[in-house]
Amino acid sequence: MSFRTSSPAPRATSRFAGRLARLSWVDAVVAAAVLVLFYVVLQVGHGTTVRFSTDQSIKVDTDPAQLPYDAARSLLRMFIALAASLVFTFGYALAAAKSRRLERILIPALDILQSVPVLGFLTVAVSGFIALFPGSMLGLECASIFAIFTSQAWNMTFGFYQSLTSLPRELDELSRSFRFTRWMRFWKVELPSGMISLVWNGMLSFGGGWFFLVASEAISVNNKDYALPGVGSYAGAAIADGDLGKVGWAIITMAVMVIGVNFVFWRPLTAWAEKFKNEQSEAGEVQRSLVLDFLRRSNWPRVLGTALRPLGRALNRVGRVLGTDDRPLTVNGTRRRTGDVAFTVVAGGLILWGLFDLGRYLREQTGLGVFGEPLLLGLATLARVVVLVAAATVIWVPIGVKIGFSPRLTRIAQPVVQVLASFPANFLFPLAVWFFLKTGLSINIGGILLMALGAQWYILFNTIAGAMSIPSDLREAMDDLGVVGWQRWKRLILPGIFPAYVTGGITASGGAWNASIVAEVVTFGGTTLTATGLGAYIAKATAAGDFPHLLAGVAVMSLYVVGLNRLLWRRLYRLADTRFAL
Amino acid sequence: MVLNTLRNLRSARHAVAPRAPRPADGEVLLETVGLTKAYAGADGELPVLGGIDLQVRAGEVVALLGKSGSGKSTLLRCLAGLVPPSSGAVSYRGTPLTGANPGTAMVFQTFALLPWLTVLQNVELGLEARGVPADARSRAARQAIDLIGLDGFESAYPKELSGGMRQRVGFARALVVEPDVLMMDEPFSALDVLTAENLRGELMELWESGQFPTRAIVLVTHNIEEAVLMADRIVVLGSRPYGTIRETFEVGLERPRDRDAPAFEELIDRVYRTMTGRVKETHGSGPSPVRAGQTPLPGRAEGIEPDRRTPANSPLPGASVDGLSGLAEMVAHRGGSCDLADLADDLGLEIDDVLPLVDALELLGFAVVTGDDLVLTDRGTTFAGADVRRSKEIFAAAAVDAPLVRLITTSLRQNPEAALRAGFFRDVLAHHYTSEQVTQQLETATDWGRYAELFGYDAEREEYRLDEGAAA
Repeated sequence: MSFRTSSPAPRATSRFAGRLARLSWVDAVVAAAVLVLFYVVLQVGHGTTVRFSTDQSIKVDTDPAQLPYDAARSLLRMFIALAASLVFTFGYALAAAKSRRLERILIPALDILQSVPVLGFLTVAVSGFIALFPGSMLGLECASIFAIFTSQAWNMTFGFYQSLTSLPRELDELSRSFRFTRWMRFWKVELPSGMISLVWNGMLSFGGGWFFLVASEAISVNNKDYALPGVGSYAGAAIADGDLGKVGWAIITMAVMVIGVNFVFWRPLTAWAEKFKNEQSEAGEVQRSLVLDFLRRSNWPRVLGTALRPLGRALNRVGRVLGTDDRPLTVNGTRRRTGDVAFTVVAGGLILWGLFDLGRYLREQTGLGVFGEPLLLGLATLARVVVLVAAATVIWVPIGVKIGFSPRLTRIAQPVVQVLASFPANFLFPLAVWFFLKTGLSINIGGILLMALGAQWYILFNTIAGAMSIPSDLREAMDDLGVVGWQRWKRLILPGIFPAYVTGGITASGGAWNASIVAEVVTFGGTTLTATGLGAYIAKATAAGDFPHLLAGVAVMSLYVVGLNRLLWRRLYRLADTRFAL
Repeated sequence: MVLNTLRNLRSARHAVAPRAPRPADGEVLLETVGLTKAYAGADGELPVLGGIDLQVRAGEVVALLGKSGSGKSTLLRCLAGLVPPSSGAVSYRGTPLTGANPGTAMVFQTFALLPWLTVLQNVELGLEARGVPADARSRAARQAIDLIGLDGFESAYPKELSGGMRQRVGFARALVVEPDVLMMDEPFSALDVLTAENLRGELMELWESGQFPTRAIVLVTHNIEEAVLMADRIVVLGSRPYGTIRETFEVGLERPRDRDAPAFEELIDRVYRTMTGRVKETHGSGPSPVRAGQTPLPGRAEGIEPDRRTPANSPLPGASVDGLSGLAEMVAHRGGSCDLADLADDLGLEIDDVLPLVDALELLGFAVVTGDDLVLTDRGTTFAGADVRRSKEIFAAAAVDAPLVRLITTSLRQNPEAALRAGFFRDVLAHHYTSEQVTQQLETATDWGRYAELFGYDAEREEYRLDEGAAA
């Protein structure tokens, strides 16, 4: 959420805190709606998988020479998912920002979707997409892309929605006073204003997407194994064979991909996005990129610019059909109220009907007692998450502060941590399992370590950013007054890093819940270790194709995540916003 | 008296080279009838503008002048069709507006340039919106850029420009669409004094030269001198209880206007008095703390007997303790009385900055305004000369009578726990103020109460608590 030290992150914090008050019963309704949606997709997927009859599992070729091809396939999936997320972002965010009625449903829904364990979606998606493209690999491809998409889209959408609704007033007035077309408003005003947030959120989401790429390329659903050519399935096969050497190759390939994409794609993009900063003077510290500098020195931008100009003009002309950006000065009160009532009745009716049907389905299948077990198991996973966040805090906060206070260390450490954070931790699981087997460490404890492999970096990264944001004159003042040791931590450092730490904490805790689905059941070679917990419960239900239990597991995990966010993190956010904002 | 002066000014104007009439002189371009505007508050609608009847005719420059909170910017936005009026009508050339006004273009206080577009692209925006072909658009934009003195900057990005140059882009962008009425929302107030002066001068020269592609100008400003320099008509908006037209001045002065001309200074003084709500009539001789003979203005604190003041009818001015005691000391240095306009001028401040402090000194009984002069009372003189401890005591004695401070103090005294949530006072005030005003009122009351050691405020728990010393 805040992988950087400047720009929209602070605003995101305050809006986040502000929304706390507005969300109440709307939340409950929307949570129900999401649950219903989930149930519908599941039903469709369930009904159609019956006809699916490709019984043979696809064999994965684990020759290291195959890796470049696999890497290319994986990358393609990542970028298609990114493009899909972008399209979704525009549609969803614009609908929410422009329609008062849709906004009331879409935004709380987004909030809940962010908290739902994405891996729970995966089986649903796989069955659904395979049914869509029977007998073709395309179904599997789509399912994998969908899994990555679900890990990317919410964050980007939320960021873009926020920049749409917080458009500076004078830019809104400029657009209306000069009678811009709706297309011009989007293309020349709204999109550029939201560009920085879009690029940064895209980069973060992309980093998180690797994890889901690995998890979605090789998956067993309904007791069948599916695999797509890709780095994730390669690693999966190597893990199944228990071949540590090949796992090593896969890890190296992954590292090259993560760093490479960062270097040739995201870095130039963030540097390019600097031009969309809405500030009136040249910034002191700007993002730089070797690749972008190189591109800018070449003739390509000019050539492309000239070539694309007619396209831009054509778009402009076509965009005129969307009409002028204008808001009627008078509103028909009666019509508006009638519309509101109709909208509420229809939306509420659909949700109620779905809830009723869901209850009937669960009662027929298993009885409503199905929620009991996951609720209990959730406590075990909750304990793991709490221990993880606490331990990561104790270890990484002092280190992060040390790094953040030293510009030299920051320059070295920041890109490294960024790569570590986006490196899919599930890649390293086999090594961990090997370690557990050697040392005899229980997976019930070891699961915490596995979950931490991915989640801990958010805390470190944000602590570094927080420490960097403490003004040096404050530090000098403390030196001057001789404030050292614990007093210095209590009075300056902890309050100073608090807002950034909260951002890191909420991301880490959300990531840990998600990771529990793959971390509580791990396999290496012929050995499978299973921990007691909600993650293992969901993983088991997934593998067995047991939809009622899967549904209950995912619903309960979402409940835990949302509950933890509301009861703990949101409050801390608000505190950070009101008390500790620098 | 006013009429006489006006007549004199008018005849003077006609005697000296009448300027060529602008095309279609006198046609009513914009008109409001019974325009009101209210925003939703915590307790129903809160009026911002009340019953505005205004006409803007071709060939004239109209200045909307008022303090902050007088609704002048809202009025401009109603005229531009950007903000819907609550009641009444706005029409452009006789046609009621249904959306953004097609005959106006806006110049913004903060420039509102798109930082990702070059100067040329920014200027072209309005034409692009109309679907003008690229060549014609570029040609027209370059002409406007030339006219406004920006040539050479076409391919620059806004952040490379100085503030003055940026506002020139704002002007070029508005002029290139040749609107009937140019709307200017405090266009010079974000610029430094010299730049503003220069740009104002150039703009008025252009307007006089007849090359100006618009037929009328509406200017929003809080700067009296700017209004008198530029406008043909000054509409003074009053802010309490809500924005209404307090008075309209015709400015018959010939352009370019001479700041040192007696007529110019005289007009500034008259507008100043209208704006501050103080009538220039000195009863008796010398400063007198008793405000006899002054016309009480509804809604103004000093117009209401001290014991009838309530937090509703006498809002606290947005003045900090530091600010108001600074002003008191300054006046004391000048012998206990000084001309307000001179004072603001010497400090390089706008009227907006000084007036809340003046209002605060009056409310506390530290000073009175007689005519154009601010005169310290005995109490004020002692306050200005006292050391910190003593000045706190004097301040406390005075502040406890300020309506909202008194309300908080007495409520706390009557409360058995001597503590009350800020929400309580918020609710009380919400019936009379917008939520921003409520925040400002409570901030000022908190500042005063804390300094006076009447009560404390715990920002974390949002709770007022009686100060131990004051509880006794």
